Amino acid sequence: MSDVVLRVDDLHLRRGARAVLAGVSLAVARGELVAIMGPSGSGKTTVLRAIAGLERYERGHVAVTGRVGMVFQFHYLFEHLTAMQNICLAPVHAHGMSPDEARRRALELLSAFGVDHRAEALPRQLSGGEAQRVAIARALAVDPPVLLMDEPTASLDPARRSELGELLHGLLRQNRALLMATHDEDFARTWATRVLRMENGVLR
Amino acid sequence: MAQLFRAAIAAVAQLFRAAIAAVAQPFRAAIAAVAQLFRAAIAAVAQPFRAAIVVCFTLTSVTPVSAQPRVFRWAGDPEGGAPFVEADPRQPDRLIGFDVEIANLIARGLGRTPEFITITFTSIVQSIVRGDADIGLSGLEDTPTRRATLAVTVPYYEFREVLSVRDADAATLRTLADFRGRSVGTLSDTIAYDILLRAEREYGLRAVSYDDDVHPYTDLVIGRVDAVLLDQVLAERRHRSVPGFTIQPDTVAIGHYVGVLSPQNAPLRDSIDDILRGAMRDGSLERIFRRWNVWNDDQSRLYAGLLQGKPVQPFTVPGGLETSSLMTVSRWEAVKRYLPALLRASVVTILLSCLSMAVAVLIGVLIATGRVYGAPPLRAILLGYVELIRGTPLLLQLFVIYYGLAAAIRLPAFAAALLGVALNYAAYESEIYRSALEAVPAGQLEAGRTLGLNTRQVLTLIRGPQAFRLALAPMTNDFVALLKDSSLVSVLTVMELTKQTQIFATNLGSWIIPGTLCAALYLLMSLPLAAAARRLERHWKTPAA
Repeated sequence: MSDVVLRVDDLHLRRGARAVLAGVSLAVARGELVAIMGPSGSGKTTVLRAIAGLERYERGHVAVTGRVGMVFQFHYLFEHLTAMQNICLAPVHAHGMSPDEARRRALELLSAFGVDHRAEALPRQLSGGEAQRVAIARALAVDPPVLLMDEPTASLDPARRSELGELLHGLLRQNRALLMATHDEDFARTWATRVLRMENGVLR
Repeated sequence: MAQLFRAAIAAVAQLFRAAIAAVAQPFRAAIAAVAQLFRAAIAAVAQPFRAAIVVCFTLTSVTPVSAQPRVFRWAGDPEGGAPFVEADPRQPDRLIGFDVEIANLIARGLGRTPEFITITFTSIVQSIVRGDADIGLSGLEDTPTRRATLAVTVPYYEFREVLSVRDADAATLRTLADFRGRSVGTLSDTIAYDILLRAEREYGLRAVSYDDDVHPYTDLVIGRVDAVLLDQVLAERRHRSVPGFTIQPDTVAIGHYVGVLSPQNAPLRDSIDDILRGAMRDGSLERIFRRWNVWNDDQSRLYAGLLQGKPVQPFTVPGGLETSSLMTVSRWEAVKRYLPALLRASVVTILLSCLSMAVAVLIGVLIATGRVYGAPPLRAILLGYVELIRGTPLLLQLFVIYYGLAAAIRLPAFAAALLGVALNYAAYESEIYRSALEAVPAGQLEAGRTLGLNTRQVLTLIRGPQAFRLALAPMTNDFVALLKDSSLVSVLTVMELTKQTQIFATNLGSWIIPGTLCAALYLLMSLPLAAAARRLERHWKTPAA
């Protein structure tokens, strides 16, 4: 497993008396699309958030080679910015890319995902599927080797789901590692390279 | 520190003026401005059934209220203080003063029971016209305008307008002609103010209008103005409590105190005139004025002339500097004459409002940021500031900044006004921004963090701009409110739109034209602003794609 870019060891996280994560360990290598499945409240989303640095955990360790990108269930596109501005914000301000270069790369991503015609739209003007593609493009704009996705199929109809599957496999071919939390048994079975089951804060 | 404390007392007094009239300093200014601006509200509270519409009728002078015949209702302002009307220091629920004694004398003559009604000095005339009281008796000046628009009694006291200067200037600054390039303060809406406006053009001095008769003298002593022109009764009263100035012996003008009644009450006025003449004849008026130490030979001459039926001019200016009354010109001419002054005052209002708002927004953003991101001690300090400012009247804050701090920092009036309004509104703005910052969904901030933006970048690139969009509507609201609240700064002698309108109305003897013009000017300032805010909101919803 020399290509492992994300490794989680024995993660423990409590909210009050409840153990949300009770010793989660996993590893994801480049070219893998790993799905975490499980009922609501089992801790799937919390694992992703802990990896993304959005949750404080009491015990355990997260190791990532490079950055992680995160695509939220509700996308969380910046509401005051256009699709293009959403994508360019972090490359320009957090990573020192020139605005022209950021824009060029953003356009590449948008056209690769078939939403380049929506570049100047505000998030509220986008459909669920369009917003998701823009959100993926935004996460990829800083070129992270690891991409985390929370319930990526939640707002998509069946046709859009397989389009998403194709898109994600395209990312695998670019040698990225993908980890998603999902309820969608069919999607996971069809597109994931590996499925992990989670219940009561532990992977089985 | 002592000055600060005094200013604090004054503002509390405005709030609870009835209860605290006894200890209140005569900060007429505070009451005057508030009452003038929120007259409608006060009327509605006092007489719920009249409601807001009455305001309009107030302007058009047509709401006679049937008087209860056994009671003689007279209006005055105890804030004016001794020797006119004041609460007895030994027994605060009792009024004393020569106007009180004259009111009692008249009531006795009419066979009625006197009933005192507290009305802000600058509103007494309008209240009389409304029918709130039968007569106004509170050191009110006789003017051609009042004679033409009201029923005015015979003059019962003659006063001299005199100049007061700092002791050091007593030898050099003797008459108005000596004041080129210097400033002279007085009460607004008075003959003295009219004279100063004329002297502005004639002698190149600068007239400064005050809403009360204490601060002109304290400002004179600390050097904010170079002289005060007021009647000798007021000057001598202040001379006893404020050291450091000299009253010049020359008389600038001669005027008279009268009682004012509504024009419909002319028959009552005639009976009162008979009573006053009787009191002049039998010496009871002289006894009253001697008790208050303001009797002099001028009064003997005045009474003798009146009893012989000689006409008395409302006021005379021995130096020849006559003020022209607006009553003698057409309404249109009056508007043309006052419009430049109103426009100038509008510029002051808009300039003050825009600058104050800009400073308030800047400070408000800093406070809000500190309250959301700061350490607990900083948050506590900022919360304290917000509560202190929100919990005390703007008027008090203006007083403290201008008069209270004068011993330490002597701010120019405009700067003090700007700072006072800005610091006040900053507290309100900060609350808007704080709640707007907290209303930005956590997901937006988390998305920023996962993209590698640091806390400052998340604030300036995501949270701040989104909060600003949420805050725009309440901010616009506040700016329009500020535009109107800026009228309060007239208490710091800043001549803004409302104050200028009030002066216009007093000189014209009617509120209809000045009030309409004033409202139109405020709307001209506020409507474009509201439109611009709406356009910005629309633009944010759908950017020009």
